[in-house]
Amino acid sequence: MIFDYETFKVIWWVLVGVLFIGFALTDGFDMGVGALLRYVGRNDVERRVAINAIAPHWDGNQVWLILAAGAIFAAWPITFGAAFSMMYWGLVLTLFSLFFRPVGFDYRSKIADPRWRNTWDWGLVASGVIPPLVIGVAFGNLFLGVPFQFDEFLRVDGTARLFGLFHPFAVLAGLVSLLMFTMQGATYLMMRTDAEVYARSRKAAQFTALGVFVTFALAGVWLWAGIDGYAITQEPPHDSLPNPVAKTVVPMAGAWLANYVAFPPAMLLPALGLLGALGAFLLARANRAVLAFVCSSLAVAGVILTAGVSLFPFVMPSSTNPNHSLTLWDSSSSHLTLAVMFWAAIIFVPIILFYTFWCYKQLWGKITVKFIRDNDHAVY
Amino acid sequence: MITETVVDLSRWQFAITALYHFLFVPLTLGMTFILAIMESVYVMTGKQVYQDMVRFWGKLFGINFALGVTTGLTMEFQFGTNWAYYSHYVGDVFGAPLAIEGLMAFFLESTFVGLFFFGWERLSKQAHLLVTWLMAIGTNLSALWILIANGWMQNPVGSEFSYETMRMEMVDFAAVLFNPVAQVKFVHTVSAGYVCGAMFVMGISAWYILKKRDLAFAQRSFAIAAAFGFAAILSTIVLGDESGYEAGDVQKMKLAAIEAEWETHPAPAGFNLIAFPDQETGTNGLEVKIPWALGLIATRSLTEEVKGINDLVEANTQRIRNGMQAYGILLKLRQKTATEAEKAQFDTLKADLGYGLLLKRYTPNVSDATEEQIKLAAKGTVPWVAPLFWTFRIMVASGFFMLMVFGLAFYYSAQKTAWHKPWLLRLAFYSIPLPWIAIETGWFVAEIGRQPWAIGEVLPTFLGTSTLTEWDLIGSITGFVLFYTLLLVAEMYLMVKFARIGPASLHTGRYHGEHADGGHAGAVFADKLNDHV
Ligand code: HDD
Ligand code: HEM
Ligand code: HEM
Repeated sequence: MIFDYETFKVIWWVLVGVLFIGFALTDGFDMGVGALLRYVGRNDVERRVAINAIAPHWDGNQVWLILAAGAIFAAWPITFGAAFSMMYWGLVLTLFSLFFRPVGFDYRSKIADPRWRNTWDWGLVASGVIPPLVIGVAFGNLFLGVPFQFDEFLRVDGTARLFGLFHPFAVLAGLVSLLMFTMQGATYLMMRTDAEVYARSRKAAQFTALGVFVTFALAGVWLWAGIDGYAITQEPPHDSLPNPVAKTVVPMAGAWLANYVAFPPAMLLPALGLLGALGAFLLARANRAVLAFVCSSLAVAGVILTAGVSLFPFVMPSSTNPNHSLTLWDSSSSHLTLAVMFWAAIIFVPIILFYTFWCYKQLWGKITVKFIRDNDHAVY
Repeated sequence: MITETVVDLSRWQFAITALYHFLFVPLTLGMTFILAIMESVYVMTGKQVYQDMVRFWGKLFGINFALGVTTGLTMEFQFGTNWAYYSHYVGDVFGAPLAIEGLMAFFLESTFVGLFFFGWERLSKQAHLLVTWLMAIGTNLSALWILIANGWMQNPVGSEFSYETMRMEMVDFAAVLFNPVAQVKFVHTVSAGYVCGAMFVMGISAWYILKKRDLAFAQRSFAIAAAFGFAAILSTIVLGDESGYEAGDVQKMKLAAIEAEWETHPAPAGFNLIAFPDQETGTNGLEVKIPWALGLIATRSLTEEVKGINDLVEANTQRIRNGMQAYGILLKLRQKTATEAEKAQFDTLKADLGYGLLLKRYTPNVSDATEEQIKLAAKGTVPWVAPLFWTFRIMVASGFFMLMVFGLAFYYSAQKTAWHKPWLLRLAFYSIPLPWIAIETGWFVAEIGRQPWAIGEVLPTFLGTSTLTEWDLIGSITGFVLFYTLLLVAEMYLMVKFARIGPASLHTGRYHGEHADGGHAGAVFADKLNDHV
């Protein structure tokens, strides 16, 4: 199986991170476009410009989200159940908002009635705002600890909550996430549009990039000064069979920054998040669309990696019984499953990247108002 | 607290959302393939009408596809949100095909579906054809992987229970992949999808022919769909029979229930054409039997017997007792107080652990179950006989009826006389709902027939749920039902609207009513809207 169990566990932690980043980079700009739809498009044809900039790609991009869920299911099954059921209403809300996208994109242009189109527009806005917000809030809650524990047969014990999730820190994390996705959407639109839509996207890009910079920095300070982390004081060897109730964990001030103390080069990640956002701001100002998008993407990757590395090795700490927290060591699948999935990923991820790039290349170019008018019946 | 109501509601939610997903899936499976065939003909002959066919049927396909994606999302998330213990208990095996489905299939179909719709102007003919084929292959691969996952639930091969991690773990990936149940399920289900796509195209084309519209377009569509549908229905029926054979092999209880076969009859068993099963007494009122047929279907022989429900319950009682013992040792193993001898004994008994878990419904301790409770649990291993019996017959009857429809349509369209037979065209049009009826009843048979198990003989359904309250579920079910209903209304509205307009909706200027009716008026209106700030 080429790697030992411990290595595979780490590899899957990295791969899940890669999937999240893939999702935030690609579906991120789709959602960002959704969130900005009513702002960048002041009339129907302008909105169609924005929609058609992502129309051929959003579905493929969404698969990053589906795959992230599927990979957690396969690589950390117990986490999949515990996280998704404990955040039940967050997930259900996300789902409901995501329902608007396939139908919103496809059905919207099929009827020219303004009420019909406006309704789908607002649905698309919801689908661009709610998922990033909820995902950010969920991540915020990971830092605070989620109230759950396991019984003797490892059944999750806890209550799914809705409003309990909205601790101010979690809300801040939600904002970081929302701004980040919207920045991604705005810089993407800068690359793919012109005229008024471009000008408004440029404004939005500057605003959101600054927003990411400020909220992300704020979250870092808050984490450092005001939020207790969790630390493992005793645990079984990392290559042992996963058992999430066999370790000792204590809440500890500053524990979420411990990895940076232990390994200072990791500071580059939050720096990437901050500098990326700053770069996106400056380059958007300077009308350098492609570079702004690149910087925005780097910022997104930096923010997500920062969250992952701060939590490492935890994937979902428990506030009810910290000893039952889930870590990548004790919530993983079996050695064989991790290996099988590793091979599947090694073979298919490059293929996916190859044809995805090919697809973008075929359809690249600016979407203009004229283009929409000329292809009124063929485009969304 | 997990109550019976929570379990029932979780099952309802799953059943509703899955059946709903499967309203759209089969049409996607069939249409992508038909589109690929039509486009191949276009590239080979260069005739414009074939490209118009791909674009028009593609439009209808797109309307359907959107809801397929929408409802599929729910399915993916739902294992975690609503079946958390299930996810933990079997995710090691079940999660892998699901994740591979994402890698191998969803990316392929979803990426190329965009290029299919938006790539006409940008790609060469050949490149676009390739895109269409890749999209069709993607949808079919998606069916393959999800049915490998579902097949494993019916027949959990290649895996073993581990008491250390308290879950099923994969020990043989190839066995999971080449699970015979998954293989027959895959071919039966995708063929059913092809039938669905063919019936859809054929029925709507028949309507145009009846209305004497767009004849060149409609007749060609009709002929392709009839030929494709005839091959597909044959394969569905033959492979449905194969499903019955597999069920006879590994899911004896399901088969006996489908046949309402309470007692073991001497071989070869007769097939109940009609019966009125009574779950309480374990007998049938009024039976009409075809001698020998069941024995032939289930065992492919005249000498092997088909076990009846009552004998299977008897056998299950013993397995429940073994399961109680296994459960007792499991407790000690978890507390690390088991002896070596007990450990060895656990290995011999653990195949029956699932049966022990059935008792959890009646007593939390399992080991102290009374005779009464054991009896109840054994009786609980019988799925819901009467509905199974009847839904199965609905599927089979629809199947044979469609065989006739496609047979006639294929024969007469090969003769080129189908267009002059209004009865045939009407028959084709009114048969449009049949594939959906067969498919939904088919899933009902497969899934209800598996009860009380979520994973056959391993994990009872009621144990698989999440820790949710009744109100969580009532809230989410209400949301799903309302939302899905609204979406379905929008979908049906558009589908009917565009099916009525027909190929004129492409605005090529070549089709019926393009200058007379709504088509262009709509476009003018759209321009007004665009100028209106
Ligand atoms: C036999 C085929 C089949 C079966 C049994 C299922 N599906 Fe499905 N699914 C498809 C065949 C399919 C498809 C044909 O590939 C779809 C339908 C329309 C579409 O867009 O793709 C799809 C879409 C689809 C999507 C959206 C993919 C995308 O964005 O392209 C997801 C996430 C799922 N499904 C997940 C599931 C899960 C978790 C299922 C089981 C519980 C399930 N499906 C049952
Ligand atoms: C899309 C096609 C499918 C349909 C229409 C369908 C339908 C159903 C139905 C009617 C039930 C029974 C509900 C009940 O017990 O009351 C059920 C149960 C279940 N099915 Fe399927 N099913 C489908 C596909 C699948 C697949 C592919 C899987 C797994 C990969 C799956 C997993 C389950 C699970 C976990 C249950 C247990 C929950 C329960 O019993 O309700 N289903 N499904
Ligand atoms: C006419 C002969 C047919 C026979 C003998 C037959 C047999 C079966 C059997 C035994 C099952 C249950 C398999 C299991 O539980 O594992 C099944 C399921 C199913 N059938 Fe059929 N069937 C027939 C026709 C059809 C037709 C015409 C369709 C649809 C067009 C269809 C669609 C389905 C579907 C979607 C399922 C659920 C998936 C599966 O378990 O394979 N069947 N069929």
